[in-house]
Parts: sequence; structure tokens; C-alpha cells
Amino acid sequence: MGTEVVVIALKLAFGLAVLLTTVPIMVWVERRGSALIQDRLGPNRVGPLGLLQPVVDVIKLVTKENFLPSRAQAPIYLLAPVFAIIIALSTFIAVPIGPDDGLTLFGRPVDGLLVAPHLDIGLLYIFAVASLGVYPLVLAGWASANKFSMHGGIRASAQAISYELAMTLAVVGVLMGAGSLRLDEIVLQQSGTWLGMLPRWNVVVQPLGALIFVVAVFAETNRLPFDLPEAEAELVAGYHTEYSSLSFAAFYMSEYIHMTVAAALATTLFFGGWTLPGIELPFGGWPQALLGMTVFGLKVALFLWFFVWVRWTLPRFRFDQLMALGWKVMLPLAVLNFLWVGVVLGLGLMEEGPW
Amino acid sequence: MVTWVFLAAAAVAVVFACLAVVVRNPILNVLSLVIVFFAMAAIFALLGMDFLAAIQVIVYSGAILVLFLFVVMLLNIPRLGRLGSGRPFQALLGSLLAAFLGGLLLAAAALLPAGLGAVLPGAAAGGTAVPIGRALISSHLFVFEFITLLLAAAIVGAVYLGERELQ
Amino acid sequence: MTAELVPIPFTWVLALSAVLFAIGTLGVMLRRNAIAIFLSLEVMLNSANLAFAAFAYRFGAVHVAAAAALDGQIFIFFVIAVAAAEATVGLALFIALYRLRETIDVDRFNILRW
Repeated sequence: MGTEVVVIALKLAFGLAVLLTTVPIMVWVERRGSALIQDRLGPNRVGPLGLLQPVVDVIKLVTKENFLPSRAQAPIYLLAPVFAIIIALSTFIAVPIGPDDGLTLFGRPVDGLLVAPHLDIGLLYIFAVASLGVYPLVLAGWASANKFSMHGGIRASAQAISYELAMTLAVVGVLMGAGSLRLDEIVLQQSGTWLGMLPRWNVVVQPLGALIFVVAVFAETNRLPFDLPEAEAELVAGYHTEYSSLSFAAFYMSEYIHMTVAAALATTLFFGGWTLPGIELPFGGWPQALLGMTVFGLKVALFLWFFVWVRWTLPRFRFDQLMALGWKVMLPLAVLNFLWVGVVLGLGLMEEGPW
Repeated sequence: MVTWVFLAAAAVAVVFACLAVVVRNPILNVLSLVIVFFAMAAIFALLGMDFLAAIQVIVYSGAILVLFLFVVMLLNIPRLGRLGSGRPFQALLGSLLAAFLGGLLLAAAALLPAGLGAVLPGAAAGGTAVPIGRALISSHLFVFEFITLLLAAAIVGAVYLGERELQ
Repeated sequence: MTAELVPIPFTWVLALSAVLFAIGTLGVMLRRNAIAIFLSLEVMLNSANLAFAAFAYRFGAVHVAAAAALDGQIFIFFVIAVAAAEATVGLALFIALYRLRETIDVDRFNILRW
């Protein structure tokens, strides 16, 4: 009991710390990255390479007035950003970040320090919490009593439902191969090689599923090219038009946390999580765990850079194009993907999961 | 402990179900219903039905109620009338019917021999997702296929209704 | 099959489902706005689900053979799937009706053709 509590507290603190430090780093990477892509300098005045820019941004935001529009629905208007942060933070806890078999802490074995313990519905839990992520957006849009915000909220709800379908169907292929909803088992199933030489990552076995998942994740996190709910050319700033100060910061942060979780999820489901193909480590315990976490962190970082890269490369979709893409292209392709996985499994090209 | 969690979830469900029916702001109605479904998911989880708890949140809170919110916001529905503001006779009859049905069911629950339930052993080891999945594609395959047909028909119907003006 | 006992009497779950059902009925009977009626209908559907859960929990593991032990839960699964289909068509219908009359007050739809 005692160790259990300590382990859970440690894991919570660790996850929180990782996510919350990722946000300022990502803000910096995004601003410098956009500058790099657009051949500008970007923020370079505060600290070396402008590294302290996020700190200054936060100070600026904190000292601003938290503005409440006169016709806004006050309680919901104020609670929406809080929910945004809570929902964004609570998904990460189920993502396994490294191998933790045989780990000991202060001489006692710890179970589930890096992997959510006994969470048998693992992936479903993540989808359940992530599917709630649209509520803060819709509520903020509605409670602001502003037509632009309202439009942003309506767009957010329609977009979230449409792309959730494609995302879930894309993951069905992964589940068919792994035969388990537990994320750590999905990762373990991706270790080793496929057909002798290729890494046995789901992105290699089912590239279509990975592509659909990544595209749908862009839509679910409201990142450009799919950031219609906050399209500044059309809706001022969409659902957060009226927000200022820390309420705005909460929405801003939750977007980056969602991005980090999405990157971690894509890594776990399609890019082998903490494993590297074809490498059997001669040691276990802490060295193995630390190496696994490093590999996982690098993969997530690459994904986050991909998010930034895409944002500053592709133009925004029109809303009808977004819907047409979601329903007429992504959904059929997702079905095609799990037919493909069925064929691969049926031909015995891939060993089936334990169930 | 489990009992207290259950009672709390039940209280939340009842209170917010009342709010979902009584409150006159349609958006707040939908939000109260989100909380009711959350409480129900908690009860499913307490009864050892972890798969259903997840499905309840994903499908009801994550999809159906978002759809409701979308429609309420799209149609810009004004504040509802007071509960029972129609014909008084109708309101009386409706309340009587609700009280009668509720009383009947409560009486049935009270008359049944009380007994503790049990969590399936599957729930302890590996969750209920795997056995339910197996049952869906073996013993309940026909119904499962039929549901897929129904969902496909629903999509077609929704597209048809949404696309053209009714003549 | 040994089953793990949980200290919740299943009649409590049934009673909760009865109360929710009554609340839902009240909403369906007394509301005049189609979407509010539909919302109350969802409460009723869920109370039925809860009754299924109660019986599955009471009799699923203890008395019935292993093959049928999950039937109650599978029934809830199907009810949720049907509710999703129903919500899709129902809400599309409301939007179509709104286009015709600019209202979805059910009292305004009292003639058979228009």
C-alpha cells in the first residue's frame, strides 16, 4: 500500500512536470521553427537564442486583466478553460513511457511506475477522455456570447465528431494485430522485426492506418491545416476570441498538451513506443528503463517537430473541404486499412495477438 | 467505500437528471446530461463493467451529446418554456403517468429479494473487453451485423434528411 | 467460476434506474421542445440500460452458465449503438423540420400535411 501510493504520486508528479515543461519549450520551438521556415529570425532578444521568451510571455499574460464580457454566461465562461486543462492533462497518465519490468525503488519492487498498472481498457480510457476534449471549446464558444466564438464552437463540435470516427477506425487495425487494449502490450508487440528485416512497427505493417491516425490527430488537436475552430482569417480567434490573461493561457497550454499527448499516442501505437527494432538490450532494470524513456522522448520530440513543420507549411482547409475529407476520404480509407490488416493476419504474415 | 461511491454517483445522477429536465436553457440541459452519463459510467465501472463504462463515455458523452450541442447551437434554440407550461390537463396527466411508472418500478425493485451482485471473474483479470469482443463476433454475430446495417441506414437517412428540402 | 462480491445490493441499482426512468418520462410528457423531449428520452434509455446492468450484475456471474454471463452487458452495448443511430436520424429530422417551420416546438406540428 505504502509503495503503491508513492509510485502513483511519483508518476503523477513526473507526468505533470514533463507535460508542463513541454509547453514552454514547444512555444519556443514553434516560434523559432516558424521563423526558420519563413526565413526570419524569430524571437531572439530575451536570453540566449530567445530561450527565455516563453517566460516573458507568461509574465505578460499573468499581469493582464481577465476580461469578462458583459453578456457572457459567467460560470461556464470561467470554467471552460479549467476543463480544457484538466482534460488535456488526464490523458497522458495512461501512456506507457518506458519498460518498467523488474524496476526497484529503495530496494522494493515498483509496479507501474512507467506503465499505467492494470489498466485493461487503456486505449479506451484515452479515447474516452480525449473525446471530452471538445466540450471546453464548444462551451467557451457558447458562453462568450459572441458570434465569432459561437461559430468556432459549432465548427469544433462538428469537426471533432467527424474525425473521431476515422481516428478510432484507424486504431482498430492496431488492436487487431495486438489483441489487447493495454498500451504496454501494444508497444511490446511492436518490438522485433517484420518479414526478417523491417522494424515490426505498425507504421510499416499498416502505413495507411498510421497516415489516417496522424491526419485525424491534427484535426482533433485543432492544429493547422485543420484549425477551423480558431481560423483567425475568418473568425477573429474563434472560440477564444473573448478570452484574455490566464484563461487564454489555459486554452493555449491545453492545445500544446493535446499535441504532446497526440505525439506520444502516435509513437506508442504506430512507431513502437520505447522500443528500437532489432536491438536486444543486455541489461534490465533502471538502465533499460532510462534508455527506453530516452528513445520514447526522442520519438515524441520528432513528432512534435512534425506538428510545427506541417503547421507552417500547409494552408488551411475550407470547412466544407474539411468535412468532405473526413467523411468521404478518411473514413473509407480507414475501413480499407482494417481490411488490409485482416488480409495480413489471414495470410499469416504477422503473428496474431494473444486473444 | 464502494457503497459510498455508488451512493454518491447515484445522487449525482438523480440531481443532474432533474436539472436536465427542469432547467430552461437547452445548453445547460445537455451539460447536465453529460454529468448524468458520467455518473452512470462510474456505476458501470463499480459493477465491474469497465468496457461498458468506457463505451458509455465515448459514445454518449463524446459523440451523441456533442451532436446534441451542435444541433442546439446550430438551430439557436431559444429558452424553453416553463416545465408543464402547455395545457394544464396535459401537464397533470404527464406527471401522474411519470409518478405511476416510477412508483411501479420502485415497487418492483422493493419487492425483489435483495441480493448482492457479483463482478464477473473476467473483470478481475484482463477486463471485460476481450470476452465481450469474443461474444460479439461469435454467439451474437447476427445481431452485431444487424447493428452495423442499422448504423449504415442511419447515416444514409441522416444525409438524405440533411441534404434536401422535404417536399 | 468464482465471482467477486461487491457490497452493493442490486435492488439499489434498480431503484436508481426507476427514479431516472420517472424523471425521463416527466420530461418527455411535459416538454414542448423536440430537442428537450429527445434529451429526456435519452435519460429513459439510460435508465433501461441501468436496469440491464443491475440484472447482469446480480445474475450474470452467479447463476447462469458462463456462455450467457455477458448477455446483459452485450445488450447494453447494443442499446448504446441503437441510441447512436437514433440520435443521428432524430437530430437530422429536427434540422429538416426547423428548415420548414423555423421552430421545433412539437405543438406547432399538429397538421398531417403542409
